[in-house]
Amino acid sequence: MPALNEMIEQPRFSCAIGALQSVVAIPRAVPILHSGPGCGDMVSGFFERSKGYAGGDTSPCTNFNEKDVVFGGSEKLRKIIKNTYKVLDTDLQVVLTGCTGGIVGDDIESVVQEFQDAGKPIVSVDTPGFKCNNYVSHSHVVKAIIDQYVSLYEEDNKTRSDRKLVNLFASIPYQDPFWKGNLREYKRLLEGLGLKVNVLFGPDSGGVTEWQTIPKANFNILVSPWYGKPITDHLKRLYGQETYWFHSVPIGANETEKFLEGVLDFAALQKADIDRKKAEAFIKHETDRYYEEIDNLATFLLEFRYGLPRYAHILHDAGYVVGMSKFLLHETGVVPKEVFVVDNTPEKYREQIEKDLASTSDKRTIPVFFEADAGEAQETIKQADHKGRGIILGSGWDKSLAKEKNCDFLSVAVPSPVRLVLTTNYVGFSGGLRLIEDIYQTALHTYG
Amino acid sequence: MSNINLSLPAVEIREVRTRSVTGYDGKAGELVQKAHDGSLRDVERSFQQCAGCSITKAACMTVLIQDAAVIEHGPVGCSTCLQEYNFTYAVNADLRGVSNPTRRRIFSTNLQEKDTVYGGLRKLEKTIRSVYERTKPNAIFVLSTCAAAIIGDDIESACEEAEDELGIPVVSIVCEGFRSRVWTTGFDAAYHGIARKLIDPPKEKRKDLINVINFWGSDRFTDWFAPFGCKPKYITPFSTVNDLRSASESAATIQACSTLGSYLAAVLEKEFDVPEIETAPPYGIAQTDRWFRALGKILGKEEIAEQVIAEKKEKYLGRIAQLREKLQGKTAYVTGGAAHGHALLSVLGELGINAVGASIFHHDSVFDSGRDENDQLMQRVGDYGDVRNYRVCSKQEYELANSLGKLHPDILLSRHGGMTLWGAKYGIPSLLVGDEHYSMGYEGIIDYGERILDTIENDEFVKNLQKHAINPYTKWWLMQRPDYFFETSDKKEKGKEESQNAGIE
Repeated sequence: MPALNEMIEQPRFSCAIGALQSVVAIPRAVPILHSGPGCGDMVSGFFERSKGYAGGDTSPCTNFNEKDVVFGGSEKLRKIIKNTYKVLDTDLQVVLTGCTGGIVGDDIESVVQEFQDAGKPIVSVDTPGFKCNNYVSHSHVVKAIIDQYVSLYEEDNKTRSDRKLVNLFASIPYQDPFWKGNLREYKRLLEGLGLKVNVLFGPDSGGVTEWQTIPKANFNILVSPWYGKPITDHLKRLYGQETYWFHSVPIGANETEKFLEGVLDFAALQKADIDRKKAEAFIKHETDRYYEEIDNLATFLLEFRYGLPRYAHILHDAGYVVGMSKFLLHETGVVPKEVFVVDNTPEKYREQIEKDLASTSDKRTIPVFFEADAGEAQETIKQADHKGRGIILGSGWDKSLAKEKNCDFLSVAVPSPVRLVLTTNYVGFSGGLRLIEDIYQTALHTYG
Repeated sequence: MSNINLSLPAVEIREVRTRSVTGYDGKAGELVQKAHDGSLRDVERSFQQCAGCSITKAACMTVLIQDAAVIEHGPVGCSTCLQEYNFTYAVNADLRGVSNPTRRRIFSTNLQEKDTVYGGLRKLEKTIRSVYERTKPNAIFVLSTCAAAIIGDDIESACEEAEDELGIPVVSIVCEGFRSRVWTTGFDAAYHGIARKLIDPPKEKRKDLINVINFWGSDRFTDWFAPFGCKPKYITPFSTVNDLRSASESAATIQACSTLGSYLAAVLEKEFDVPEIETAPPYGIAQTDRWFRALGKILGKEEIAEQVIAEKKEKYLGRIAQLREKLQGKTAYVTGGAAHGHALLSVLGELGINAVGASIFHHDSVFDSGRDENDQLMQRVGDYGDVRNYRVCSKQEYELANSLGKLHPDILLSRHGGMTLWGAKYGIPSLLVGDEHYSMGYEGIIDYGERILDTIENDEFVKNLQKHAINPYTKWWLMQRPDYFFETSDKKEKGKEESQNAGIE
């Protein structure tokens, strides 16, 4: 097993400050960077088309210079926060520190405290790049907002006072290129069961007022093999909310059904007062719709005589690697070969992920590599030799590799300058169908 | 004249070397005058947005070298946006005759918290070896970051040791973001490393090769140099390590942008006897003529220059006049880096379009050559008149949003991503041309003029977007002067007055 935190070729995640995109994803929130002048550019250049309301070039930043490194940048930060209120019309401000602020040791908290004391909806969070990656710091950002902002509204949002309300923690904004569509689809599905959902990010959330209701939720839903777990742990401590934990991204009918049935069972334990019959009818309707398509599609999958992908390599985060593997094998017949988890999964979660992946099939083993150094993952793919036509599901970095290997290619991960994603979702029944469309569209494009 | 000292690991920053500034609000002519008489001073801002970083500029000039590998020594975040250059390389390879564009080799040492305590050199040494094993490059560049610089890693020594061990150049590039507010210092940092470690003393002098310092624009120069019996040698994107080694053998150096290549051109002239063309790049007729003449002079082929100029006038002046007629009375605003922004202002001047203002990222008071003739803004002001509302903006979007909303030109011309959006939000047709050679020469005036006409004509999208535009800026801010947050004593007073008028504070 490769050592953790060594050299990385072709970064597929950002550093801690990359979680500023989680702030950008909250309607009308603004990240304020206490960092070097390039952090914002690096993050927007990685995710692309990720400006949102006040991200990218709009985000205030102290733009550390040599003088600030020597004398500290607290005073500069104070001025920039003060003037942010004059220049930008925002509902929530989140101050994120970069490496410079972090190493120099500026006391950001007390600067931010001054504004909090004056009644401003402002939060500070420590995100120097060397501390962790953005999968991890996403949780730090969310926890900071809960502790420093949401907690101010506890009075009006009594703990677990709404039995049907749940907090959802799933796709990480922007790091999951399908986050907007996914969150929308989760919300639609869960509402179909009779729940109300705080999705917290994106246009389908209610912005900061939705965040204020986090304590009211009866329980949490975590869809992730590991990232985001500290958030639900924290909420358990704060508000006693239990968490329904689904470990991989549910794509297609099998996993989505399992996910929704699991939610229903959990909701019953939490006394969420759900009309199970109605909920089951909803699931059945969704399932029927799905299989109508698959039934119709099967002839094509089985009979298309000019060649379609028969095996796949996947390079993605653990949630997608497992979710896509299960989906591909059982719902398209494409066999997952070597797959690569490139999210720097902490050691303690790896065994569980391997087990989850192993449950995909009792007939075969899918070789999984935890490899944050994606260049090394590519070396493994280069060496692999499989019969038939293959497809690589990865980031923009993998397009030319696919060409070299004579494989089809579908861009499903960041960074990707070769694909435009707006509100497409891959989760749920509709997400499975969409992924099928994308895979076979790619293959069919090579004909005619 | 600036200091060039190749024995030092780090290039001197632009604030010192070229007395560059990042803030100004006034007339272009006055800026040029102040810059030249030495009275120009930089400003501080009490409100700032994300600026830019030297590392991306240094990366831009190293990642695209065909057979090199690049290591970013710092946390992984500091190399994440470099993936864009992988895309650029694949897309533009064709323009440079690279038929099989290979994936760019970009690495991070991935510094962790404990490395900031104990130092990151061990990781760097290990990474250099692994990168060599994995990629077998002809050179490795190591780019520094804020974190590595603050903890004081001696990157230069690590590179030297690795160089001895591996037998290829391992080049340390000092480009951490906090070092300079003028992020074009990153270009200089890359060139400094290349000049120190790659460029060899000439084995021969080639009369037929001219260095072209540029990004990745379309190839105008093969045609232009042909009458002079010369070919372009594009550096550094798409060149090989060996191409760079022999850059000292060329007959001359020209550049697509006098900000980009200021340092490298001067180094080639002063350290390797390759003369730099003695004028700014060829944008606008007057400057194009000057440029061809200066090229003729440097090559000892003045009569050919005159011939080329005469032919081009014969061929293009008619069409340029027609364009001028169509564009008469139009107004434009320009945003981009120096000096390409200046170049666009010249092209506008040539087309008879009224440049009502500009937001240019920084301003160099002097050039490394020490020659005022390289100053494209000076040439613009002299050739086509002054530009009011000339702003040096350090990529501060709030200043642009403010300025543009008030001036409301017929078109916004932009050189860099992110800025055109603000034209569109106001319903102003906006044009970004990424190809820096597109508007060069007589041909460029026509190409660019036609694109401007086309953009102004096709305004349906921006008009529709305007109706639904989301604007995060407060009404109060959009009523202030764009330089409201400049921290100089007289400006502060002005600002206060206006804010009282707006009834705020």
